[in-house]
Order: sequence, then structure tokens, then C-alpha cells
Amino acid sequence: MRKLPALVQNEVLKLWLKKRFVVIVLILFILIPIFTYAEHKVVSNHREHFADWRNQILQQIADLENTLSSDRIPEEWKRSRRVAVQQLQYYLNHDINPSEPSGVQFSREFLSNSITLFIPMLVLAMGSDIVSGERTTGTIKMLLTRPVKRWKILLSKLCALTLYVSLTIAVTVILCYLISGFVFGYGGWITPVLTGFRMEGAVIDSSSVHTVPQWRFLLMQAGLCWFSAMIVAVLGLMVSVLIRSTAASLVTMMSAIIAGTILSSMSSSWRSAKYLFSVNLGLTGYLEGTPPPIEGMTLPFSLIILAMWGAAGLFVSFRVFTKGDILN
Amino acid sequence: MKASHAPVLRVKDLHKSIQRHMIVDKLSFDIHSGEIFGFLGPNGAGKTTTIRMLVDLIKPTGGTVEICGHNVQRNPERALKHVGCIVENPEVYNYMSGWQNLEQFARMMDGVDEERIREVTEIVKLEDRIHDKVKTYSLGMRQRLGIAQALLGKPKLLILDEPTNGLDPKGMKELRAFVHSLADEGISLLISSHMLSEVQMLCGRVAIMDRGKIIAIGKIEDLMKEAAGYVNWRFQEMDKGVAELCRDPRIILRNGPARDILPTDTIVVAMPEAIIADTIARLSSRGIGILAVCQAEPTLEELFLTLTGSEVHA
Repeated sequence: MRKLPALVQNEVLKLWLKKRFVVIVLILFILIPIFTYAEHKVVSNHREHFADWRNQILQQIADLENTLSSDRIPEEWKRSRRVAVQQLQYYLNHDINPSEPSGVQFSREFLSNSITLFIPMLVLAMGSDIVSGERTTGTIKMLLTRPVKRWKILLSKLCALTLYVSLTIAVTVILCYLISGFVFGYGGWITPVLTGFRMEGAVIDSSSVHTVPQWRFLLMQAGLCWFSAMIVAVLGLMVSVLIRSTAASLVTMMSAIIAGTILSSMSSSWRSAKYLFSVNLGLTGYLEGTPPPIEGMTLPFSLIILAMWGAAGLFVSFRVFTKGDILN
Repeated sequence: MKASHAPVLRVKDLHKSIQRHMIVDKLSFDIHSGEIFGFLGPNGAGKTTTIRMLVDLIKPTGGTVEICGHNVQRNPERALKHVGCIVENPEVYNYMSGWQNLEQFARMMDGVDEERIREVTEIVKLEDRIHDKVKTYSLGMRQRLGIAQALLGKPKLLILDEPTNGLDPKGMKELRAFVHSLADEGISLLISSHMLSEVQMLCGRVAIMDRGKIIAIGKIEDLMKEAAGYVNWRFQEMDKGVAELCRDPRIILRNGPARDILPTDTIVVAMPEAIIADTIARLSSRGIGILAVCQAEPTLEELFLTLTGSEVHA
């Protein structure tokens, strides 16, 4: 075990020198200002129409109820809209402005929008060639002929990946706050946010709904983001061990994740899809009370399913990596 | 420096089959300290598979590999400590400098400090470029970096798989001098190659592999004595020359692989050395213009023909 820190240092250095993390920070630096500008447009547009945010919410509720009374809207859509109406009503009753713009609020929204697709993509950009890349360049032969057991090599890669995933989440939140705060102000830490929504079929169970300060909400979100990003990283590692070509392993993982978002939007018809990992990635939705993609999914359910996928991924990775012959 | 006690490398009954296809079939050989051992055979003979089994890249189906008394499969951490190797090409991280590469490998071993990295850099004469990105290195420099990497842990056994691939003549000469100096220091070397001439200059003892089996093992001079000589002929008029040559039953036309690298108007024949002078006289007296006659270096293929008594499968 003495060598493990040195091995992790090796892997961290490799990822660093490949400039992967720099690319990710650059992407964030380009995307966040774009979204900040878009959000700014939305906010200023609303301000023009509604002097008071309460009027805006009332208008939203009215719009939603209009669509609910229409026969042409499918039942699945209505379900989520009914929930949305109840939520808005709750905000109104408790005098909480759900979309008061601030740096913290923007970060919160950015995280919840990026958890299913954007953050997994960043994670894969770093990790998808962590093993397959060494195979393509042949350096795996150098790596595995050293007097080090193979499982230690893979573990060091996993550690380095964990480190970078954590760093990515942290940097995303920090950059969001810093960049959007420039426009919306750096406040919003203690704004109350509603959480604790529980779904009982189509009705929202508001008995356990309570408010938490926005900073805590953001922290909870970041934690969930980290968890789902780690599952993606572990599965990416597995695919990287199994598939020799870097391009192929990246495409495999991306399509699995995109398939998840597509299945989520197709909703309820296929019940057993809820056991797929990519359908469960949107963990932050449970905090906000957005209805889950498939009925019967809850936060503990999703956490358990993801953990099981992660465990299976780790098992397969280590098993194949330690036993396989290096033939290329 | 020849030591008589336990061998540095002991291979016993080593075999590997992939999908019931026997790739390597019951190999056994020893390498002693300070010995340069050649591993010879055409491409696809199973050399690389064998070498990969020696360094734990491939798990053997059966048999054992012991390095300095430690079983490679059961105790890789102990056994591989004594081995430096380059399997096929010297693969290093392109996006790092030579120095950073050596640091990477140094961290994976015990007791390799900065001083040792500097030492191996000097041994392979890379001091000037060691801090440049490997991307900018020539193939020869990469090769040297690969050797530096293999030497880091002061190995007792150095395994080089096709070390002269892609080297220019100067690089080859340097490599030869280098290999001999290492052997003088008591390091054992295992060098694989498909070129006999190369092995001839480098190695004391060789094993010749074909179709997964060792078909001959011993001192290279002893093996070479068994090989028949080849002679290359060039004529003004090829057809006449060939017809005339073939009249002598002791002369056998060879359409061996040597044809590929010689000009197409060169005829390769196998014939005893003693009759060359007579044959030239005979052809001249028949008015056949001889442009060139030259004794070819014995090739691996030729050695094979003698050893196996069959045509070499391409």
C-alpha cells in the first residue's frame, strides 16, 4: 500500500498534462457567460411585464390550469403540470419568490440542468480514455510490467478520477457563482428554498415540505451531482477497460447517457426502464419536487439503483483488468 | 562475470493456448547472469507472446517463469523488480517530457531517486533533450528513452523485443556497443529478433522458435555451421545463365524470401562453396556473361531450412 500515493500522483499528473482539466474549465468559462446572459434576458423580460413577482406566478398558474382543462393534452403531461401548479401555489402562500435572481440561485439552476447530460459529458471527457488511451498508445505495457500489482494501478486511476470529478463539480459551482454573480449580484445565500416534496402518484405530498437556506440547498445539490457524476465515472472506467478504442468507449457511454434522457422524457409507459442507470441520473429533481421520469421513483430508489450500477461497474473493471491478457 | 549458480531467468514447460490454438508450446530454457541470449524466429513464431508471458502481460496456460527465483505469475511484485523491458516499441507518454516519463516509472519502483534518473539519462546520452516533450523525439531517441526506463530499477535481466526495429545503421551500432557494455556489468539480456545477422552480432546463445516451439538452442557458431551457403548470381542474359547453372545437380535454385530484397535480376542458389570457382569457369567457357557473383550471408530462413528441412511458411 506504500506505493499507492505515488501511483495516484502519477495518474493525477497524466490527466493534468493531457490538459483535460484545462479544457473543462475553458468550456465552463465559455458556457456559463452564455447562460448568464440568457437568464438575464429572461429576468429583464419578466420585470417589464410584471412589477410584482406575485402577479407573474399567478399568471403562470393560470396558464398551467388552462392547459389542464384541455382534452388534447396527454395524461402524463397533465400529471406534471398539476404538480407544478401545487408548487407555485405553495410558494405564493408562503410568500417566497422562487426565481429571485442571484449568483447562488443561478448556480443552483445550472447544476440541476446539467446533472443529467452536461456534467456526465465533462466527466467522460476526462475519464473515458483513462485505460483505453494507455492501450491505444501501448503505454499499458510499460505500466503493467512494473513491479506493481494490477489492481493497485486501476485503483490509483480510480482515485485520480474521483479527485478530478470532485474538482469539476467544485469548479462548476464556483465559476457559476462568480460569473453570474457579476450580473445578478453575489447574494442569495440565505434565501429560503422549498424542499422535501414527496410524490404520491399524481398528488404532491406537502406535509414534509419545508424551507432550507439556499446555500444548504446548493450544497445538497452539489453532493447529489457528485454522486451521479461518480457513477458515470465508474461506468466510464469500466467501458474504458472493456473497449480498447477510446472513441468507441466514449461513444458507448455517451449514447447510454443520452438514451437515459430520451427515455426519461418518454415517461411512464415503460415501467422497468427505471432500473437503467441513466434514467436515474437526475437526482437533484427530487430536491426541487419535479415529478420523476417514471412513477414510483424516489430519491432513495435512485441512489440505490445508481450505487448498484457503480458496484457492478467496479467489480467488472477490476476483474477484467487484473485477469486479462495484454495482446496488442 | 559468468556466474554458475541459480539462473536469472528459468522458463519451464511454458505454454499458452488461445481458443484451443497452441501459440506457445512447452518452452524451457535458462538464462544465466551476464549472458546475452537471442530469441530468434520469423514473425508469428510466438516470440512476442513468450516475452509477454515472461513479464506478466499474458497469463500462461501452463508452466512457470522464475526470475531470480521468484515466480512471475504468483509473485509479480518481487519478480518484476529485477526486470527491465521494452515490449515491441518503446512506448512512452508523448505529452510528457523525457524526464517526466522517467519520473512516472521511477515512482512505480522502490529506491529510484532523482540521482538514478540522472544516471540513466547519462547512460543513454539523452541529457541535452531530456526536458523536451517526447513528441519531438526521433525514433532513436525514443528507443534510448525506453532503455533508460528499463534500466531505472537496476535490473538483473533486460528484455528487449526487436530492439533494432526502425534504427538506422549508426543507431544499431550504438545499440550493439551498449548491449555488450551492459552484459559486461553482469546484466543478462534477452533479445528477440527476426533478423539473424543482428542476433549473430549481439548474442552468445540463441533459441530458434518456429510455430510456438523451440526448434534449436545453442551457441550461434554451432548452429551456423549447419547452414548451407547461398550464392547470388547476376547475368547479362538471365535465362541462359539460369539454364546453364541448373545443369549441375549440386546447384539448387532458391526462390526464398531473399528475392524480395534483391534486384529482380539476381538469382539465388544454394551450392557448396567448393564448386563456385569451377562453376564460374564453366559458365564463362560457354560464353555467358557473368555480371556478379556473391556469397550471401546465411539468413535465418536458410538456417530454418536446414533445421526443419522444409520451406519456410511466409
